[in-house]
Amino acid sequence: MSTQASRRAARWMLSPAVVLLLVWMIVPLALTLWFSFQRYNLLAPERAGFVWFRNYTTFLDSPAFWLAILNTLILVVGVLAITVIGGILIALLIDQPIWGQGPVRILVIAPFFVMPPVAALIWKNMLMNPSNGLFASAFRALGLQPFDFLGEAPLFSIILIVAWQWLPFATLILLTALQSLSSEQLEAAEMDGAPALRRFWHIMLPHLARAITVVVLIQTIFLLGILVEILVTTNGGPGSQSTTLTFLVYKEAILDSDVGTAAAGGVVAVILANIVAVFLMRAIGKNLDA
Amino acid sequence: MARAVSPQRKAAMTALAWGVALLIFFPILWMVLTSFKTEATAVAQPPQWLFFDWTVENYVTVQAQRDYFGFFLNSVIIAVGSTALGLLVAVPAAWSMAFVPGARTRDLLMWMLSTKMMPAVAVLVPIYLIFVRLGLLDTRIGLVVVLMLINLPIIVWMLYTYFREIPAEILEAARMDGATLRSEILYVLTPMAVPGIASTVLLNIILAWNEAFWTITLTTVDAAPLTKFISSFSSPQGLFYAKLSAASTMAIAPILIMGWFSQKQLVRGLTFGAVK
Repeated sequence: MSTQASRRAARWMLSPAVVLLLVWMIVPLALTLWFSFQRYNLLAPERAGFVWFRNYTTFLDSPAFWLAILNTLILVVGVLAITVIGGILIALLIDQPIWGQGPVRILVIAPFFVMPPVAALIWKNMLMNPSNGLFASAFRALGLQPFDFLGEAPLFSIILIVAWQWLPFATLILLTALQSLSSEQLEAAEMDGAPALRRFWHIMLPHLARAITVVVLIQTIFLLGILVEILVTTNGGPGSQSTTLTFLVYKEAILDSDVGTAAAGGVVAVILANIVAVFLMRAIGKNLDA
Repeated sequence: MARAVSPQRKAAMTALAWGVALLIFFPILWMVLTSFKTEATAVAQPPQWLFFDWTVENYVTVQAQRDYFGFFLNSVIIAVGSTALGLLVAVPAAWSMAFVPGARTRDLLMWMLSTKMMPAVAVLVPIYLIFVRLGLLDTRIGLVVVLMLINLPIIVWMLYTYFREIPAEILEAARMDGATLRSEILYVLTPMAVPGIASTVLLNIILAWNEAFWTITLTTVDAAPLTKFISSFSSPQGLFYAKLSAASTMAIAPILIMGWFSQKQLVRGLTFGAVK
């Protein structure tokens, strides 16, 4: 039972966090919303004024927008597919009785701690570079023509880099979930003569379902915001081939100084992120009740 | 798992697992190896694996020519500062939600989580303009505050899940014995909460250290941390692979080691307690 006094104390202890987050959320978002209805270009500040939805029509009508949506979708789905499927396979493998499980785990999760610019630049220069990269050396050793990864297949290359960064996260979470599965159940199934694939399909996969959901949703939130990996590798190009929604908004704001259009794009990004967020909150909220 | 397996099967699985693990780790290994090569060896064809003249020259050069330590110091200040500030705000909040839950606690937690989902790029311009107006652009204090705010929901959540595991009966017993709120927090709660707080600190430092959106967009030189420093290698002049590798190795080493120690907490922190 909590007393009146402790309730009041609790409210006081809670308020700084709530107020800070409230300000952090509302002020910039309100400004973005305001800018999105303004003609506001940092290079031509004198031509300012209220333009209703013109920034939105400019942003949504540009061919770059639909390409960016498509690229974002490909990036998110591609990385999710690689990390979830790869994560399940690697988690199953590490969960087997093997020698040196600890060191294997340590090696596998390492990429997660590599800061994004390091990951992107190491892949770009030392692995994917068409003249000096290691992949080019491998291609030559096999008698093949070196492939210009970031020039010829920019989006695919970025997917590869980002998937490398996130594979450890998926693996670690799926492994944690896998290890909480009771071994009796599996052993019983094994005694009953259920083949490995059936055991996986009927016992493990249902058990992993929530962990997979969480991985998908959390990664989606982060993947929608990917910027640095694109910025230091392809800069959105060639052309707009690797421009995602986030990068497009960044480009409008920083490179083109067009605050109004960027703000409209920002609002669109917020709406899309919210759609994902609703599902994520539902998945996590369920756990709170349990 | 106590299932009996044949040694052959175990050996095969071990080989496969190590193969996959080394493949995943390979880019990091290659980076570390390259950091000890000369620039000419770094791009040599065919690639040099182990038998080259090892040199630490790159590490010296990166410090001497590009003032590596200055960026390193900024990273430390920003990561530690934002974590400390975050704890200051989050510990009381998490404590009150865990031990004096109200009807709205659940909604409040979910709302805090939702702030984390706002796309950073959508508020980049307002934040940038506010920073210009307040003279916070390219200052450490500005970044400390921003990183504290973006990680605050994670800190509150993580602490909340840890605090909730502390049995309330102990608090009641202390209260019966006439402990005041102050001594209750100081002598009963704090010792039990320390492991949870330590994990939270660790994860938050990792996240702040690697944060690359705000640290890159809101700094130029003075407050620039390692993320910004490494990004400056994206438009190279001349041979630079070995130096890039040396700078990168130094940038990730401390966090990699911390990360290895915090595997378990990582899962919990990053899934908001949904997977334990």
